[in-house]
Amino acid sequence: MSVTAENTGLVIEDIPLVKGDPDFHKITTDICRISEKPITKTPRWWWIAFIISGMLAMNLLIMIGYLAWEGVGVWGVNIPVGWGWAIVNFVFWVGIGHAGTLISAILFLFRQKWRTSINRFAEAMTICAVICAGVFPGIHVGRIWVAYFMFPVPNQMSIWPNFRSPLLWDIFAVGTYFTASALFWYTGMIPDLATYRDRAKSKIKKVVFGILSLGWRGGNRQWKHYEVAYLLLAGISTPLVLSVHSVVSTDFATSIVPGWHTTIFPPYFVAGAIFSGFAMVMTLAILARKVLPALQNYITIDTLERMAKIMMVTGMMVGYAYSTEFFIAWYSGNMYERFAFINRAFGPYWWAYWTMVSCNVIIPQLFWIRKLRRTIPVLFALSIFTNIGMWFERFVIVMSLHADYLPSSWDYYKPTWVDAWTFIGSFGLFLTLFLLFIRFLPVMAMSEVKGVLPRANPHFHHNMPPAHKGEA
Amino acid sequence: MSDNKIIQGVIAEFKDPADILHAAGKVRDAGFKEWDVHSPFPVHGMDDAMGEKRSPLGWMVAFAAFTGVVVGLGMQWWMSAVDYKLVIAGKAFFSYQAFFPVTFALGVLFSVITAVFGMLGLNKLRFHHPVFHSNSFERSTDDAFFISILAEDKKFDPNKTLQFFKEIGCVNVELLEEK
Repeated sequence: MSVTAENTGLVIEDIPLVKGDPDFHKITTDICRISEKPITKTPRWWWIAFIISGMLAMNLLIMIGYLAWEGVGVWGVNIPVGWGWAIVNFVFWVGIGHAGTLISAILFLFRQKWRTSINRFAEAMTICAVICAGVFPGIHVGRIWVAYFMFPVPNQMSIWPNFRSPLLWDIFAVGTYFTASALFWYTGMIPDLATYRDRAKSKIKKVVFGILSLGWRGGNRQWKHYEVAYLLLAGISTPLVLSVHSVVSTDFATSIVPGWHTTIFPPYFVAGAIFSGFAMVMTLAILARKVLPALQNYITIDTLERMAKIMMVTGMMVGYAYSTEFFIAWYSGNMYERFAFINRAFGPYWWAYWTMVSCNVIIPQLFWIRKLRRTIPVLFALSIFTNIGMWFERFVIVMSLHADYLPSSWDYYKPTWVDAWTFIGSFGLFLTLFLLFIRFLPVMAMSEVKGVLPRANPHFHHNMPPAHKGEA
Repeated sequence: MSDNKIIQGVIAEFKDPADILHAAGKVRDAGFKEWDVHSPFPVHGMDDAMGEKRSPLGWMVAFAAFTGVVVGLGMQWWMSAVDYKLVIAGKAFFSYQAFFPVTFALGVLFSVITAVFGMLGLNKLRFHHPVFHSNSFERSTDDAFFISILAEDKKFDPNKTLQFFKEIGCVNVELLEEK
């Protein structure tokens, strides 16, 4: 993959990617200083956030323990609503993860250089989110100690899992997704870990980062394979990220529940996943800029504006899917399908439906106004609305269960305090992992940001005679 | 340069990406084989300047993807249609349509693992390497650009190579000695 100055010039970059035109060394120090602080000098905000989220994460463990001890009766699930918040939270967290992969893979293939300042922590967010997502299928089986039935392991009955079941597809899709995301994240981090190794003062840090960076020496004979590996990972992750949420949607779409049994689900879920994930990246990016002012030159207002535009596009795709679902429900002439949708909007869960529509379709329309796209408090507020709206989207979909074909079995689902604390606890787990990441690991892909600076181009130098241009 | 230390190579620092690209071409033309360019990020056009061949990683990953697909489909076929047949919803034992997602996932899984570990293998990374004996090599992951020529190279001669680097315009040059 030889990249010449001519074909990198294809991308027209009128907006500087990084503010203040830093040199390579400044990028290194700006990013390394964040995590090089000795433990005793850890900022207070970090400790407060870490202790609170750590406690919430512990609370998740307690809730899981209680669930395992008492059984699924502690949740609000009933018949017909056999899937409650556990599946809602699973889809919510997997969806959030998708933005990280989109930024690291799809935007890489499209040569969107602005991704370099946010890809590292978006990828970290993906991993934390997928870990949270992974908790729920494990615990919603009810008998946690036989969760291994989901895997193709020869058990005492020598029976194999049913590969025709979308729940099994999920296991493989999400398992592969986690592995791929973790490897992608780690591969991207190797050169930066080598920077940490080379800057380390203490023996322990030298050894730890030395091992983590695997003896990286930045040789071109390594970069050559590294760049190909990165391109391949991006190329492989692109269909993967589109397939994972499609597979998640088949959990619903392959059933015969009215409102679920539709072919629109895979693309609709993927768009929603990217939408919700970008909202979470936005939330975290704005918070990170606040507490780590060094990042403000890299995650510029232009970066945030570009993210807002992606949110607007994906938000409208989701809105379009909502209206298509309604249209098809009417056009199909199927009374169950029609009822399911009228019931969604005007039935007992009308409040959830309209929360979803307001947060995901109506409020993001504010992004049409440039001034609002460039106002940080507005971006932050809108990203929170999207996070809420996308959780409600999954809730609305799952609640299709409450009124299916047989009116005598209709019921109203209400979550219990255990449901609520499990969900809050998953946020604790997410934030605990994320805080550990921003404290100890490079939050930004230094080598990638350096590589997209104008000065990284061998033809950058002003004093170079024009005849030099065509060389290399 | 004390005599009882083993000289493992020479490392030279260059000013910026343009200079090192230029210098790499000269080192290549001088006929060295055991050498490398160390930079904080991949420098555009360096593969051509060094006369490097394309990485074979793509072929390795293609093979892995194929293996993953075969293993994935084969596993589901053997488990569902050979080892323990179960009639589920009246579907065929070998329902290849429904087996697609898992087949795809395993193809991807094999590919990503091969891409990452294949890359690490091809890179021949090791914790002890002559370049780490340099006094300034730490800066190669920060903002400095180096070319190293190792003593294994047939054309290597400590003094001549040192002189060669000075001629092609390095800003700094040192011998790599075992510590």
